[in-house]
Amino acid sequence: MTAVGPTRRQRYEARQRRRSVIIATVSTVVVVTLVVVLVPLTSGWDRVRAAFFDGETFRKTFPQLPGRFWYDIQIFLICTPCIVLLGLLIAFARNVRSPVLYPLRLFATVYTDVMRGVPMILWITIIGFGIPGLIQNRTWGKAIIWASVALVLAYSAYVAEVFRAGIESVHESQRAAARSLGLSSRQTMFHVVLPQAVRRVVPALMNDMVSLQKDVALVSIVGPIEVLRQAGIAKAKFYNFTPYIGAAILFLCVSIPLTRFTDHLLARERRRMSGTAVR
Amino acid sequence: MTTPKLRIRGIVKRFGERTVLDGIDLDVTRGEVISLIGSSGSGKSTLLRCINLLEPTDDGSIELDGVDIAEPGLPADPVRRRIGMVFQSFNLFPHMTVLRNVTLGPRKALGLAAGEADARALDLLTRIGLADKANEYPDRLSGGQQQRVAIARALAMQPELMLLDEVTSALDPELVGEVLDLVRDLRTQGMTMLIATHEMAFAREISDRVCFLDAGRILEQGSPQTIFANPQQERTREFLQRIIDLG
Repeated sequence: MTAVGPTRRQRYEARQRRRSVIIATVSTVVVVTLVVVLVPLTSGWDRVRAAFFDGETFRKTFPQLPGRFWYDIQIFLICTPCIVLLGLLIAFARNVRSPVLYPLRLFATVYTDVMRGVPMILWITIIGFGIPGLIQNRTWGKAIIWASVALVLAYSAYVAEVFRAGIESVHESQRAAARSLGLSSRQTMFHVVLPQAVRRVVPALMNDMVSLQKDVALVSIVGPIEVLRQAGIAKAKFYNFTPYIGAAILFLCVSIPLTRFTDHLLARERRRMSGTAVR
Repeated sequence: MTTPKLRIRGIVKRFGERTVLDGIDLDVTRGEVISLIGSSGSGKSTLLRCINLLEPTDDGSIELDGVDIAEPGLPADPVRRRIGMVFQSFNLFPHMTVLRNVTLGPRKALGLAAGEADARALDLLTRIGLADKANEYPDRLSGGQQQRVAIARALAMQPELMLLDEVTSALDPELVGEVLDLVRDLRTQGMTMLIATHEMAFAREISDRVCFLDAGRILEQGSPQTIFANPQQERTREFLQRIIDLG
C-alpha cells in the first residue's frame, strides 16, 4: 500500500529543516543588531563616518567613477584571453617529454617559479616603468601597456599551474586507450586529455579571474587614471575617503556575481564527482 | 608452414627489480583464439600491453607478420592501428558521445572522412545492438554496454589482431553474458584474438589454445581439453583447483 502524504520520517526531516532555518535567521539578526548598535558606540565612530561615509562627498564624486571603472574592465577583458592562451602554452611546455625540448621545459619551470615568487605590484612597477624606459616610443612605450603585460605574464604563471594540474589529473588509462587506437601523443593531448582537463579546471580558472579583476587596479601605480586613481584624486580634492568606498562598491558589483558563479560551478563539479553530500 | 600472425620470442619485462615477464615464447596463427589464464600478477595483462607497445619490453622480439615490432626506435602508432585493444575498465572517453568514441580512431589515426567514419561506426553499433545509444554519453550506459562500445571502438580500426584484457572483470555478473556473446561473434567472423581472462568456462569454450601463465612464464599450454581436464603441471592443477573451489 502506498502512503498518502509525507511519511513519519519525511515529517521529521521537514521539522529538522525548519528548525535549522529558524536558528540561522535568529543568530543572523542578533549579530547584525549587535554590529549596528555597538560600532556607533566606539569613540572614533563619528570621525570615521565623516571621513569614509560622507553622503555629500559620495554624491559629488561617485558619478565620475563608473566611467573610470570601465577602463579597469577593458584591461581585464583584454588580459584574460592572453593569460589563458599563454598559461596553456606554458603548461604544455612543462609537459614536453622530448629531450630536444628540454630547455623549453626548464624555461617553463623557472618561469612559473619566478613569476609566482614576486609580488604582483613589483612586477607592475618593474615592467611598467622599466620597458617604456628602454623603448622610448610614444605608442609602444606607454606604461599602461607594459603594466598590463606584467599582469599577463604573472597571471599566466598561476594559470599554467592550474592547467598542468588538470592535465595531470586525467587518468593514464585514458591516454592508453587513445594510444592503443594509434593516435599520436599530440592527437591524444588535443582530443582526449585536454578537453577533459579544461572541464575540470574551469572553476579554479574562474577563481584566478576574480583575483585578476581586482588586481587590475594595481596598474594605477604606473599612472593611468582608472577607478582607483580617480578615487584618489577625488579624495585629495575633498579631503575625504568616501570615493574609495565608491570604488569598492564598483569592484564588488563585478566580483560578487563572478564569485557566486564560480561557487556554483564548483558545487556542480563536486556533485558530479562524489554523488550526494553527507550530513 | 606459413608464418604465424604473431610470433613472440623471449619477451622479458621488468618493473625495477621485479621481473614481470620472464622469457615468453608464443605463436599465434591467423584466426586463432588463445586464452591466457593464471593468477593476478602472473603477467597476462603486461604481456598484452607489451604486444600493443604500451609497455616497452626489456628483451626479446614480437613479430607481427614477420616484422619485429618490439625493435626500439620503430614508430609505434602504425603498429597500434593494426592491433585492437580492449581494457578491463573500458576506458571510454567520457567527454565524447558513443558515436564519437567509435569514430575518433578512424578519423584521426586513419584519416577517414567524417561521413565514412560515421557510417562505419553506425554499422558496428547496429551489429552490437547499440545503434540507439550512438548519441548518448558513456556514463549513461550500463557496464556491459560500455564494454561493448569499447570493443566496437577497437573494431572500427579494422584490426588484424584483438587483445582483450580481462574484459568482463569489472562487470556485474548479469552483464558478463552480453560481452562474452560479442566475443563469440568475433570468433565466428575469424578474428585473431589473445584473451586474458578469469572466466574459465568461457576460456574452455572459445579457445583454440589455452596458455597458463605463472610468474611471468608460460608454464603450460595446449588445447582447452588438455589444460582443463588433464593439466600436466602441479601449479596448473593448483590454480584450477582454487578457481573451482571459489566457483
